[in-house]
Amino acid sequence: MTDLPAETQRKMGLVIDLDTCVGCHACVVACKGWNTEGYGAPLSDQNPYGSDPSGTFLNRVHSYEVQPERGPAQLVHFPKSCLHCEDAPCVTVCPTGASYKREDDGIVLVNESSCIGCGLCAWACPYGAREMDIAAGVMKKCTLCVDRIYNEHIPEEDRVPACVRTCPAGARHFGDLGDPDSEVSRLVAERDGIDLMPEMGTRPVNKYLPPRPRDEEPVMDVLGPLLEPVADTPDGLLGWLDRQLSKL
Amino acid sequence: MHPAPSVIVFTTLSGLGFGLLTFLALGLPALSGWAAFWGYGAGFALAIGGLISSTFHLGHPERALLAFTQWRTSWLSREAWASVAALTVTGLHAIGPVFLGTRFALLGGLGAGLCVITVFTTSMIYASIRAVPRWHQPATPPLYLLLSLAGGALLAGQAPAAAVLLAAAGAVQLWAWRAGDAAFARAGTTIGTATGLGGRGAVRAFEPPHTGDNYLLREMVFVVGRRHARKLRVVAFTAMIGLPLVLLAVSGGALWASWLGAALHAGGVAVQRWLFFAEAEHVVGLYYGRRVA
Repeated sequence: MTDLPAETQRKMGLVIDLDTCVGCHACVVACKGWNTEGYGAPLSDQNPYGSDPSGTFLNRVHSYEVQPERGPAQLVHFPKSCLHCEDAPCVTVCPTGASYKREDDGIVLVNESSCIGCGLCAWACPYGAREMDIAAGVMKKCTLCVDRIYNEHIPEEDRVPACVRTCPAGARHFGDLGDPDSEVSRLVAERDGIDLMPEMGTRPVNKYLPPRPRDEEPVMDVLGPLLEPVADTPDGLLGWLDRQLSKL
Repeated sequence: MHPAPSVIVFTTLSGLGFGLLTFLALGLPALSGWAAFWGYGAGFALAIGGLISSTFHLGHPERALLAFTQWRTSWLSREAWASVAALTVTGLHAIGPVFLGTRFALLGGLGAGLCVITVFTTSMIYASIRAVPRWHQPATPPLYLLLSLAGGALLAGQAPAAAVLLAAAGAVQLWAWRAGDAAFARAGTTIGTATGLGGRGAVRAFEPPHTGDNYLLREMVFVVGRRHARKLRVVAFTAMIGLPLVLLAVSGGALWASWLGAALHAGGVAVQRWLFFAEAEHVVGLYYGRRVA
């Protein structure tokens, strides 16, 4: 049923370190690779080698420029996938029961055999975490790699989501955010992890670790501020041109 | 939001159809025989035609029956139940005036109530979506209800009721536009809260995740020129409210004026519905740095 569980036993999710992410998109490729071959319908591409390629992805990396009041602008790479919200609006709007949140680990999944492809859940998600697969006509979303994390046929170190396993910068962490003593929960507490769009009332499980503050710009010399500023009015021919043009 | 033709056709036609069925079920006017046959037929054709059109955008329409299962949480599922209940009860009620020359008032009243509930559930599908602030506001349900009833009154030739309902719908429409224009800012969602980086400085989308198009942009980031939106608002308002009211006034409420007004009203509502989607901004656009200019 599309009723949300009042409480899930565990809150499995991701912690993404915006300070460490280098924006290499390896997680995007690993996600697409694993999830197109495993659980559910493959993640199709439309016109992949043509002039207007597009396709289904469960994880995408944006990049943002942050300009503080003082100092240089900072570039922040920003991977975004399903946040497995505790109050997941995508689940409750589903008319068929295809969308559900699991009671034991809190993972939000789509049962593709009962999805009618109405797209209402993608509208309800403020984060753009759900994408309709054009070829299969069903909704696709991050499964937290359910077919890896409990899979006893693969080595233990591989039993994490594909994006986490592949991240070369160690910017992605996976664990139980419902357990205050878990590694991920401690990381969130230490680094003041944040929720995306808290005003939307979705209570996301995934957390983001904000970039650490940068060093101040060094002052070149203690006497620097006392020096006369560089004259910025040109002289000679340029100065004459400047004066003549100013008169016009 | 992408203004999908199937959804515009669906909400426009089924709104009119359920509006007409509401009036017929209440015996306004009390038709019988062939007149009742054609009246109810028109109501069912509009309502059912709209509902069928709504299945055109489904990825798997063959599984549509599953949409009846989640009525406890989903307004779309509730709409499925309400529409079937409304069509069944008004259908049973229609047997009286069409074949037996009598009316079962209680059944008619129940049918009319179910028709109104159906339009309400449709409006709540949109009003319940918090990620689209323009829809998530108190004016959305009364706007759908009043437009549906006003269109129904015009089709049923109920001139006095139509005039009152049109005026009320017009007032609510102006309120909905006014509140809707401020809704995004009032929701408080910005690129700063979307990325969680707002406290550190001014955030700007520097690079999108991919150079091409994707489902999210096609479906939810439809950017409409504000200048044209204003013009279309005037067109929609004139056709769906202004002209039908003028026609009713100059003709003294004649049936031909009601029906001509209904045709103009339907065209205006279709434009209004296009705007309802095209002007609605989904907060996901913030991640792509796209807001209406």
